[in-house]
Amino acid sequence: MRVVYLAILAACLVGTLPLEFLLGTHVYARWRRLALTLLPVVVIFGGWDVAAIHQGAWSYDARYLVGWTLPGRLPVEELLFFLVIPTCAVLTLEAVRARKPHWIIGDEP
Amino acid sequence: MSYTLAAVLGVLGACLVDVVLLRTMLLRRKAFWTSYAIVAFFQLIVNGLLTGLKVVQYDPHRILGARIVYAPVEDLLFGFALVLVTLSLWVWWGRIAFRGNAEGAAPARSRAAR
Repeated sequence: MRVVYLAILAACLVGTLPLEFLLGTHVYARWRRLALTLLPVVVIFGGWDVAAIHQGAWSYDARYLVGWTLPGRLPVEELLFFLVIPTCAVLTLEAVRARKPHWIIGDEP
Repeated sequence: MSYTLAAVLGVLGACLVDVVLLRTMLLRRKAFWTSYAIVAFFQLIVNGLLTGLKVVQYDPHRILGARIVYAPVEDLLFGFALVLVTLSLWVWWGRIAFRGNAEGAAPARSRAAR
């Protein structure tokens, strides 16, 4: 049961992966832009998470975690959450762009 | 601070990032709201699983108590802030890339822009 949280995150990645190939979202292909996007997100929302854990706003059931805990008592799954969900969001935006190329997003040349 | 207040401030902060700090103005884009609607649907499933299975548990004194698919409503706000900040950064880096004519360009004709 300790892989439950990890499995949920893996399902998110697997479920959105076809977008990269079927719709040609080129998100993973632009991995540097993706990394630059994810870094501040991890810092901001990871920091929020650490603060909330510290305050006792929420807690995690160790029975569903692989057991790797990062500084700030942050389960490794939470760090991955802030990498996986934003990546899925970017894939979704690029998939929408692929289907609706006439919709302006704001980064067009 | 309650999760409720933090989540509301998080949404306001995310809107400021989009409108003032990075000026990506995604809040005005149909593409953003369409993407968010899709992501929010799956967020409800993922957050519903995480809270329904009690992988994550919330201090009842720090949330309103209203829940959507097991997850506190605050999670929806947190998720919105997460998506808006992420997509604002993604679009912002895309603009920078075009200015420098480097990575980030929309899919190139033959291969991915690096």
